[in-house]
Amino acid sequence: MRRTILHCDCNNFYATVEGVFDHSLKGKPVIVCGDPQLRHGIVLAKSYAAKACGIVTGEAIWQAKQKCPNLILVAADLRRYLGFSRKMREISRRYTSQVEPFGLDENWLDVTWHALSGEEIAAELRKAAKEELGITISVGVSFNKIFAKIGSEIRRPDATTLITQENFREKIWPLPAEDLLFVGRATKHRLNELGLYSIGDIANSQLGLLRGALGKNGETLWHNARGEDQEPVLQMDEADDVKSIGNSTTPPHDIASQEEAKAIIYLLSDSVAARLRAHHMNCRTVSVWMRDTELKSFERQCRLSLNSDIADEIAQAALDLFDQSYPWHLPLRSLGVRGSDLKDSQYNVQLPLWSDPRRVKTQCFEQTLDAIRQRYGHTCVQRGLLLCDRALTGINPVDDHALQPLAAMHGRG
Amino acid sequence: MPSRMYVQVMVTYDEQGQATPQQLTLRGKTYRVDRLLERLQAVATKTGGQGMRYTLRIGSSQAYLFQDDQDRWFVEEKGNVR
Repeated sequence: MRRTILHCDCNNFYATVEGVFDHSLKGKPVIVCGDPQLRHGIVLAKSYAAKACGIVTGEAIWQAKQKCPNLILVAADLRRYLGFSRKMREISRRYTSQVEPFGLDENWLDVTWHALSGEEIAAELRKAAKEELGITISVGVSFNKIFAKIGSEIRRPDATTLITQENFREKIWPLPAEDLLFVGRATKHRLNELGLYSIGDIANSQLGLLRGALGKNGETLWHNARGEDQEPVLQMDEADDVKSIGNSTTPPHDIASQEEAKAIIYLLSDSVAARLRAHHMNCRTVSVWMRDTELKSFERQCRLSLNSDIADEIAQAALDLFDQSYPWHLPLRSLGVRGSDLKDSQYNVQLPLWSDPRRVKTQCFEQTLDAIRQRYGHTCVQRGLLLCDRALTGINPVDDHALQPLAAMHGRG
Repeated sequence: MPSRMYVQVMVTYDEQGQATPQQLTLRGKTYRVDRLLERLQAVATKTGGQGMRYTLRIGSSQAYLFQDDQDRWFVEEKGNVR
């Protein structure tokens, strides 16, 4: 059975949503950006007019302003984008229960069993997005997820691109290798070294060559380039499964000392533990993510001896990891803490032979903190440690957390 | 330039949580809704904004009433409801 997969990409999502609320922005060079005072001052999204000036996502606001002096800046409103993202998924669910989000602005749909053709559904989705939400989407229609995604990027905005078994060699193969999902900067570099520049080059190379150079990922890329991707579109509720819970933050100033790093790790661990408890989960693996002032980032992880949703335990593990892995050659710009390998904390809990009564006490204490914070706000109770730096006390990691697209965390192949 | 006019609305909710506006107050004057003709998600094309759009019959005229994500209600421009 040949599948019919759609990939919907909301064009210039943040900037378009802002345009829905303020018509005067239409057709003008607009960027949606973070708060420069909090050092989140980078371009998060841009309108087509801003793009035409050469502005790229991720650059600093001052760089963007140099390229386009009459640029309009709009502060990002994540809650608004989350609402639109949910509404777009609701529209998609009129056609199938298999709607898998990829970030806020992209969705895959498996419409194999629908009476309408893929192209007809794409046309209806585009119409609904325009009339009901005021945004435009580009849709790729194909027989697998990879080609559907590439298809949605070929023509935009507000367009449908059909990639079939018959035409994928003409439409997909001439595209550069980096257009293939999961080909990042490092993989592109490696592929180029092998003399592979287009998706067609990958498809027509020897499987052994790719496997030798890139291991299992190389094998997956080879199959994907040949249209042999079999990955299913997840059901909405499957996609809602939480795989890990993490928080990261870029504080208002660089983290230059061990004391500051410790304070932030405790702040983040508090939030991770609170969110674990809210999901009735605990974690077995703790990871620390670090990014220095040259924007180089890396992550280290360790296993806990017992599953935990206790902030102190998570923070201690994270702190030990941090001490072992960061040499302080540069100050840090951002830090993150993540709990993964999650288990349900209500059922099937592995009990230790000799349980530590202090642990139960700490658990009760932290649950009480949750209740107080829920009632009076996150910052009403804080660790004394955070008072060493007033700039840190304003950070509320619980509400500032970002969502990770599930598929990005899924092991591919 | 048409602008969003936020209004006070009296609403009934049915057992399924579906809202039906009964009357709205605009510039101190109250209008009774005679009939709800349509209820769907839509863009406020004249003023900007998005939400659930209720098409209402008020007397002999027809009007759009929007409910945004913060549960505020607005009409699109002055003179929209006569």
